[in-house]
Amino acid sequence: MKTLFERSVAGRHCSILPECDVPVRTPEHTRTQPLHLPELSETDISRHYTELAKQTFGVNDGFYPLGSCTMKYNPKVNEQAASLEGFAEVHPLQDHVQGCLEVLATAEKYLCEITGMNAMTFQPAAGAHGELTGLMLIKRYHEKHGNTARTKIIVPDSAHGTNPASSAMCGFTVVNIPSAEDGCVDLDRLREACGEDTAGLMLTNPNTLGIFDKHIREITDIVHEAGGLCYYDGANLNAVMGIARPGDMGFDCIHLNLHKSFSTPHGGGGPGSGPVGCKSFLEAYLPGEKVVFENGEYRWQERGEESIGAVRGFHGNFLVVVKALTYLLTLGREGVPAVAENAVLNANYLKHLLEGTYDVTNKGVCMHEFVLTLEGMKKETGVSAMDIAKALQDYGMHPPTMYFPLNVHEALMVEPTETESKETLDAAAAAFLEIYEKAKADPEAMHHTPLHSPITRPDEVKAARHPVLRYRFDD
Amino acid sequence: MGSYIPSTVSQQEEMLKEAGFSSLGDLYRDVPEDLKLQGELNLPEGLSELETAKTMRRIASHNKVYESVFRGAGAYRHYIPAIVKSVVNKEEFVTAYTPYQAEISQGVLQSIFEYQTMICELTGMEVANASVYDGAVAAAEAVSMCRSPKKKKVFVSGAVHPDALKVIRTYCWAAGEEVCVLPAKDGRTDLSALDGEATCLYVQQPNYYGVIEDLKQISETAHGFGLTVIAGVEPFAMCLLETPAECGVDIAVGEGQPLGMPLSFGGPYLGFMATNTKLMRKLPGRIVGETTDTEGRRAFVLTLQAREQHIRREKASSNVCSNEALCALTASVYLAAMGPEGMKEAARQCYSKAHYLADRLEEAGLKRVYEADFFNEFVTVCDDPEALLAKLDAKGILGGLPVENGILWCATELNSKAEIDALVKEVSA
Repeated sequence: MKTLFERSVAGRHCSILPECDVPVRTPEHTRTQPLHLPELSETDISRHYTELAKQTFGVNDGFYPLGSCTMKYNPKVNEQAASLEGFAEVHPLQDHVQGCLEVLATAEKYLCEITGMNAMTFQPAAGAHGELTGLMLIKRYHEKHGNTARTKIIVPDSAHGTNPASSAMCGFTVVNIPSAEDGCVDLDRLREACGEDTAGLMLTNPNTLGIFDKHIREITDIVHEAGGLCYYDGANLNAVMGIARPGDMGFDCIHLNLHKSFSTPHGGGGPGSGPVGCKSFLEAYLPGEKVVFENGEYRWQERGEESIGAVRGFHGNFLVVVKALTYLLTLGREGVPAVAENAVLNANYLKHLLEGTYDVTNKGVCMHEFVLTLEGMKKETGVSAMDIAKALQDYGMHPPTMYFPLNVHEALMVEPTETESKETLDAAAAAFLEIYEKAKADPEAMHHTPLHSPITRPDEVKAARHPVLRYRFDD
Repeated sequence: MGSYIPSTVSQQEEMLKEAGFSSLGDLYRDVPEDLKLQGELNLPEGLSELETAKTMRRIASHNKVYESVFRGAGAYRHYIPAIVKSVVNKEEFVTAYTPYQAEISQGVLQSIFEYQTMICELTGMEVANASVYDGAVAAAEAVSMCRSPKKKKVFVSGAVHPDALKVIRTYCWAAGEEVCVLPAKDGRTDLSALDGEATCLYVQQPNYYGVIEDLKQISETAHGFGLTVIAGVEPFAMCLLETPAECGVDIAVGEGQPLGMPLSFGGPYLGFMATNTKLMRKLPGRIVGETTDTEGRRAFVLTLQAREQHIRREKASSNVCSNEALCALTASVYLAAMGPEGMKEAARQCYSKAHYLADRLEEAGLKRVYEADFFNEFVTVCDDPEALLAKLDAKGILGGLPVENGILWCATELNSKAEIDALVKEVSA
């Protein structure tokens, strides 16, 4: 379809602004470069984006089992709360913000209770941003304790790519350790990796294979005994919230993805929110200001000189926190564990429906997600994980996460979430099984899927070799 | 309790049985007993939607919403055309994930491609990324783009937004770099302490005090020392003032909030980043490119992924994964609704109204502190800012922000002449 620029007609415009009601002035040096913005009527704009929306697959377009992304339904009442004038029209540097401070203080209290942490900052704007912030806390801690030799962060090979990338950004050296046969942390390899240069360990539990690592206390003890700290990547919290707490597993700091476990929408790639929680001994290092409640009033309080400073302007993605708090108010103490239980139930049910046909890496109980390997299929027929994923599009489903985790060949990672019904899971399983049969019968046809999406497979190599990253105007 | 779980109790039981579990608790048989939470979470009981909606409305009512706003300092209230909210509230855009599956994500991908184009047009630069978290982070990420194994120092103008300076300091501390702050002289960046020992210089245009810097001169001087020049720029100012590209800037970044995003107590906002093709592969985060599908039709994909964390892990240029896609869409729709003439007109009105306000405040005894010209913000003297701002507050006016040597005022196209006159009347009273 046409771009906004190709729809543009010289001289066409919307009528937004009144005439200037003060004397018009211009600065001394003005822009001479042309400014090509589209010239459109409101009808043009509205139709353009309606068409783009039709070519976008959202959570309400169908099942979205994107592993590790927790694509649950985004409740409308959350959106309604965030759009209240009393939140949306408030300046970040104004007074009379008791409501905003109450949101931050209450969300901090509830999320600390759920994670077993003592304090939290909402400044980080996404999961990876939270990781970076958490690692900075670890760095500051060692700095304050004179541990200058602690420069290494241990990351299992099953971790999300942001873990090592965040470590490197924070000036740490990454030590990758391979997982054990069962996908969990290899305790011997961990012991070997730990030493006087260990700054910390980054881990998610349940891990990216959807397994709850039952040795978790032992793991965090090994790291602590070596003098390191333990960081919990909250990407997979949906499986265990209200059931088990990272703080009780021995983790010292964590990040949460409010846009995963706490139902805030992902916006096609953000805005998210990646609050970082920590135990009391790390609190002084948190970035931004702290909200305190004294004499019946909320107020900001500086964190003091030990703070790492700031990782974002102002107070983070505040409206996202409003949405997450709305969700928590709805769920309450019984609703939070019910989410986890049903997320795990849905994953196990779907796994059960698929495991007679597909190779599931996890033979036992899974948590909120499970991983299929198409390695056997690939060897036998040439049909890859990507082919299966693309074929699923033709069944009105968003494909699972492909080729992750990296320690599984031809991986498809499936996370159904708790907001899907039994009927949806049954239909999804039927689609998976039908595709499997088709792949066996006519492997060649699978390479050409999807057949019914707005485009067929794009040429990614061409895009990278000859980058066209903007629309080119004729002049 | 409220819940979004569709399965009925009997369906849950059926599924449990089918998958070989005796109860919901049995699903956690692998979790050691001593790790399980004993008793209930210490949270209130869940609420119905009606109660939740009421509660949130009550909390929101404890914030003050001003009729009239003359405060900016990094967050600006502009008029937001109705079409903007209507488009960005479309469920598909709101609820989609990052567009990994290009075939069913062409809408999001094309919208990002269009956004990248518009950011290039605003800044005059050649390439833009798909966004980062906010303007302050965009500044810090730009500084990170300049990292070198040999040089461990960066220069930052003392006239930049304090949050940008703070975030740059934090990122540089983590990476083992020293931040050297250049003092401001008469409200403008003083370059006399520059040297060639650093990787880059970060300045802001217009700067934190609203003053228009001589960006061309700054670039020329900094380039003379072999430094990469990064400018934090304001979107409306770029439609009126010389562009970062015209001024010789290497990386242009900024806060995109003024482009259709409400104040929102500070977020979600939008960090934009643009550069030249030479530095293109150092840009952090997502970038969308044009290609073709197997039928030869135009298609858009996430590209140049060899820079990114999911491919390069610890060798990636940045850890950015989720960004601010919906805010980037907001900016695109806003720019499309305003068009080139609308943007220029809004910029002229911001400039003209701020100058009218400055003149009127001076008549009322609040003289400007810095002589140099400004865009839509400026600092005036004020003997007792607290008393003045309290007086304005009582009239539903959010006055300027108290700063070191006075008050930092702001005007946009949203402030009518009548509003400005009413403000000045209070100041004079």
